[in-house]
Amino acid sequence: MRLTQGTFSFLPDLTDEQIRSQLDHALSRGWAIAVEHTRDPHPRNLYWEMWGLPMFDLRDAAGVMQEIRACRAAHPDAYVKVNAFDSTRGWETVRLSFIVQRPADEAGFELARREGPGGVVHYEIRGAARTQRA
Amino acid sequence: MAAERVDLQLIYAQSNVGEVLDALDRDLIGLDPVKTRIREIASLLLVERARRQLGLSAGPPALHMSFTGNPGTGKTTVALRMAEILHRLGYVRKGHVVAVTRDDLVGQYVGHTAPKTKEAIKRALGGVLFIDEAYHLYRPENDRDYGQEAIEILLQAMEAQREDVVVILAGYRDRMERFFQCNPGMSSRIGHHIEFPDYRHGELLLIADRMLERIQYRLSPAARAALDEYLARRMAQARFANARSVRNALDRARLRQASRLFAARGEPLTRERLLTLEEEDIRRSRVFTLPSLEVRP
Repeated sequence: MRLTQGTFSFLPDLTDEQIRSQLDHALSRGWAIAVEHTRDPHPRNLYWEMWGLPMFDLRDAAGVMQEIRACRAAHPDAYVKVNAFDSTRGWETVRLSFIVQRPADEAGFELARREGPGGVVHYEIRGAARTQRA
Repeated sequence: MAAERVDLQLIYAQSNVGEVLDALDRDLIGLDPVKTRIREIASLLLVERARRQLGLSAGPPALHMSFTGNPGTGKTTVALRMAEILHRLGYVRKGHVVAVTRDDLVGQYVGHTAPKTKEAIKRALGGVLFIDEAYHLYRPENDRDYGQEAIEILLQAMEAQREDVVVILAGYRDRMERFFQCNPGMSSRIGHHIEFPDYRHGELLLIADRMLERIQYRLSPAARAALDEYLARRMAQARFANARSVRNALDRARLRQASRLFAARGEPLTRERLLTLEEEDIRRSRVFTLPSLEVRP
């Protein structure tokens, strides 16, 4: 099942050229870019593994592309995303976040039902990929 | 089929590089050999662009440079302009300058240097990496110095990321020459060696005028004569740093002017008096009492 999280996730995967343009846009707005990866893309998993520190003083996307390539090489079967953080007062949040790599085989999620007292049904989304976590 | 002709004038006009070159001529006093070299490099890059438009490619030209010259001869200032020129001609994408010294590249312990150097290069991607006093990277007296590691990573980046970053090494001439002798790999990757001559006496005086104009001060005629004499004496003394010495002299003159005005604070303070540096502000400098050509240990 295709993971749809973050910007552009309903579009076909971005090419490196397109990623680069997006990053250039983010950098031109003064946002700091971070690369993150995970094998557990559960919607409630907000904290993906950081690939190095966020890059605060870059001017050109070439530096980010370098890190993305390194992260992909190190984790070929993980999800990789980039976050662009806007530190402007009043925003102080991620303004742009999109996936730049997904594994060839996307495990997706399963929906589990548990019956509680009085026949109340609790639903739970379980990451099928969770079992793969080291 | 590729076009058979290309309009160099049009490329020149479109790049707006003329503006930067003119500004260089206008804003910087003296430095004629440097200006000539920069114009040469600019025309080379323009022609290279024209060639590329006709599908003639000779590979990207070697853009890494070394600026050698005494302190205060404008190496950093010219590096900023150079970045602007390269940016307008499309050889670097952003045209910013990341200025670093040994401390920013070389780590303190094993394994610290590589990430530090790579980080500096990463910041400079799309622009110019300006390494001031580059010879400090190489310390022949200590063969376990981490500087060598930084040099190797730099060399690698200068080769592999030629499209992304231009490296400018700067420093005093004799020490840079020794540095290049010991690092032939570095020397061969640098396309342009530019030498910055010392300023002449008259040029320094013009620089002083320019600096004062910028911070809205002026010299009284007697003060200008005093500054003239001051410069002649200062140039003969140890550790003369060209334009930097001029700036320091002017800063100290401002200090003396301020204390003079403050001491006479009972009198009315006119705009004229606030603007003007008087002769005594210059004359009270230590330079006038020290013997010439004094060498301190």
